[in-house]
Amino acid sequence: MLGFILRRAGLVIPTFLGITVLVFALIHMIPGDAVEALSGERGMDPARYARLVHEFGLDRPLYVQYLDYLGQVLRGNLGASISTHEPVLSEFLTLFPATLELSFCAMLLALLVGLPAGILAAVKRNTFLDYTVMGVSLTGFSMPIFWWALLLILLFSVTLGWTPVSGRIDILYDFPPVTGFMLIDSLLSGDAGAFKSALSHLILPTIALGTIPLAVVARMTRSAMLEVLREDYVRTARAKGISRLRVITIHALRNALIPVVTVIGLQVGTLLAGAILTETIFSWPGIGKWLVYAIQRRDYPVVQGGILLSASIIILVNLSVDILYGVINPRIRRST
Amino acid sequence: MTKSGRKILIAGFITLLSTYAVVAEAAKTLVFCSEGSPEGFNPQFFSLGTTMDASSVPIYNRLVQFKIGTSEIVPALAESWQESADGLTYTFKLRKGVKFQSNAVFKPTRDFNADDVLFSWNRMADPNNPYHKVTAGQTFAYFEDMGMDKIVSKLEKIDDYTVRFTLHHPEAPFLANLGMDFASILSAEYADKMRAAGTPDVIDREPIGTGPFQFVSYQKDAVIRYKAFDQHWDGRPKIDNLIYAITPDASVRYAKLKTGECQVMAFPKPADIALMKSDPAITMLSQEGLNVGYIAFNVEKKPFDSKLVRQALNMAVDKQAILKSVYQGAGQAAKNPIPPTMWSYNDKVKDYPYDVAKAKALMVKAGYPNGVDIDLWYLPVTRPYNPDGKRMAELIQADWAKIGVKARLITYEWGEYRKRSKTGEQQAIMYGWSGDNGDPDNFFVPLLGCDAVKGGGNFARWCNKDFEDLIQKAKTTPKQAERAKYYEKAQVIVKEEAPWLTIAHSLRYTPVRKEVIGFKMDVTAHHYFNKVDLK
Repeated sequence: MLGFILRRAGLVIPTFLGITVLVFALIHMIPGDAVEALSGERGMDPARYARLVHEFGLDRPLYVQYLDYLGQVLRGNLGASISTHEPVLSEFLTLFPATLELSFCAMLLALLVGLPAGILAAVKRNTFLDYTVMGVSLTGFSMPIFWWALLLILLFSVTLGWTPVSGRIDILYDFPPVTGFMLIDSLLSGDAGAFKSALSHLILPTIALGTIPLAVVARMTRSAMLEVLREDYVRTARAKGISRLRVITIHALRNALIPVVTVIGLQVGTLLAGAILTETIFSWPGIGKWLVYAIQRRDYPVVQGGILLSASIIILVNLSVDILYGVINPRIRRST
Repeated sequence: MTKSGRKILIAGFITLLSTYAVVAEAAKTLVFCSEGSPEGFNPQFFSLGTTMDASSVPIYNRLVQFKIGTSEIVPALAESWQESADGLTYTFKLRKGVKFQSNAVFKPTRDFNADDVLFSWNRMADPNNPYHKVTAGQTFAYFEDMGMDKIVSKLEKIDDYTVRFTLHHPEAPFLANLGMDFASILSAEYADKMRAAGTPDVIDREPIGTGPFQFVSYQKDAVIRYKAFDQHWDGRPKIDNLIYAITPDASVRYAKLKTGECQVMAFPKPADIALMKSDPAITMLSQEGLNVGYIAFNVEKKPFDSKLVRQALNMAVDKQAILKSVYQGAGQAAKNPIPPTMWSYNDKVKDYPYDVAKAKALMVKAGYPNGVDIDLWYLPVTRPYNPDGKRMAELIQADWAKIGVKARLITYEWGEYRKRSKTGEQQAIMYGWSGDNGDPDNFFVPLLGCDAVKGGGNFARWCNKDFEDLIQKAKTTPKQAERAKYYEKAQVIVKEEAPWLTIAHSLRYTPVRKEVIGFKMDVTAHHYFNKVDLK
């Protein structure tokens, strides 16, 4: 098992280096100018422009900029934002808990609803229930997030008044962030109303962001379950007189979960991508909104640092999934 | 702890909480749904309107200010001022008894005085000032881009309550420049204290000013909190707390306004305005914007070197159709480069009529009987003076096609667009301008002046001697009435020479909930809450 983990971990280094090259190349390839973006219609005094270009090191050849950047990254320095002058890492760490909290809740929703829905659809194959689950999940998967989010706001916030429109907590609650996770911080504040408010603010963004992973998990669970349910050992287990529920939940589900776990790992990337839109619509102060703004302003250090950190998280999650995969299925860790 | 002891403690805690609740309920809190996050809280460094709205407007004051809703200059931290006859010195008498705000690390021991003016100015002007360079990448955007170092030669302290600016040359808009956000007054005492503590950058992160609201906290990309500054020299604001709920999506801002999660919202979408006007919970305020949207013809390139072609292209465009389709009613046709609300606006100037036949005839006369192919660059982003560049370009393209001018529509990413346009690569280009200080000089010089051709904002690259003489004379003439005459003549030349197709001045709207009293819109896009109350 240790060898398997080391082999998998060894792949992380070239992936990480590849990402630094890719992010650096992409952000410098798209048209635009980080310094020019600091000015409006008025334009910038040429002397100030030249000074800033030099100060940010943008007048050096690209490969020198890249090597310098890589050296700084390896020393743990992601630079400072061109726009706000704040260190990229500290901005990321301030905002990331909001994205993590939202993504975690969205994934929880996807699993809590998607797994049972997929199992039910597989067990009740070709019934009304199956068609409903698959139809709804296909709709959910196809729905553009920004449109879905606005529909949710219009119905639940504006028309019915059940949930707040946007933000992480009612603006009148003011307490210092301890962990950055609003649910925990509101609990720590000792005010039950604050926790309730934080929870109610999470509902709509969670649904908006969780819909696509939910649909994917439900569909994947269904197809994996269908395959497994056809296996001989399942028939044997039933023939031995084991209850249907036990066969489904213990014998079939464990094997069906292998592809599902992989998909869940891949969905972390989807969640981070979806967070960009969800956070913008729901005024959720996370890294998605932060990155969009940085790309618009060609804030190279923020874009590079933000994507690198997000990609590192995805790499780590996928590494964990790979390892988990080996834990679930011993054949995989032996054959790889 | 005994059972009864615990009960007393709990009862005490509940009483405390309920007292807090009563206090919280009694406090008047106004929530403003703002459109974006500030870059920081020192208005000297930045140029975004969003940043100014969150820093200079609530926290700071300047020596002079603009009367809300107008471009009239009125006293602020300076009670009065005297301009020398040669226009080279400005002496300001400072207001006495003005208090600075305080925070956890700073309690002011003295009132505002000349030292604060000198510190605030010299920080920007003097490269040897210890605060000139505190963090990497820090520059003084407006100060440098407006060339203030080339305008002001020195600033002196005459006494504790008198300061004198000496200029290199007469500069009539100087006073208006001092009313701009970048000229905000910071506390020298705070700066000294933070420098001594080894944390000079704190003055930019935890701002202290003399303005109506004091900074409380900022949660990045989410909320900015301010509280009323009790000792504000112009009277304590009527509301106790001011909160900016940062809400980038305009539809979501509207939803929050509808549900009462905020009481005032910034920048509604033009498409929502009709709906908002019919909403009984909302009062829709409007104000003519201090802006202009236009197409500049690069006179250095054919066929725009011909005045007749430029005039023909002016005549071929149906502005009313653009106002209806692009501005959705929230704009008025522009005939001059400056908006009608600005002093010196020449209403006698006649705009080119929409006349396709006459435009065709002019094209023939100019030597283009079979029309001509041109490039039209259109804005890739929504701007306050132009809600939809692409739609506008399509309408103009269709209009010009009627006189045989085939326009190829081109655009670039916004930064790239600005960069390329400064090099003169464009033929016809869509642009616009939002005024900073209400002075006509702020439109004519940066947009049509000869100096602005080289790498500046004169995208028509039009340098006309007569026009230039007039705007330079206006710049150095102290009396506003005389200046107005020069600008009026300058507008006649612009119309005749047609380096631009002036399109529209957009109207700005601010929806506020009915419970908000006394909110007035400003001619700039700033939002002032110091005189606002809640029912």
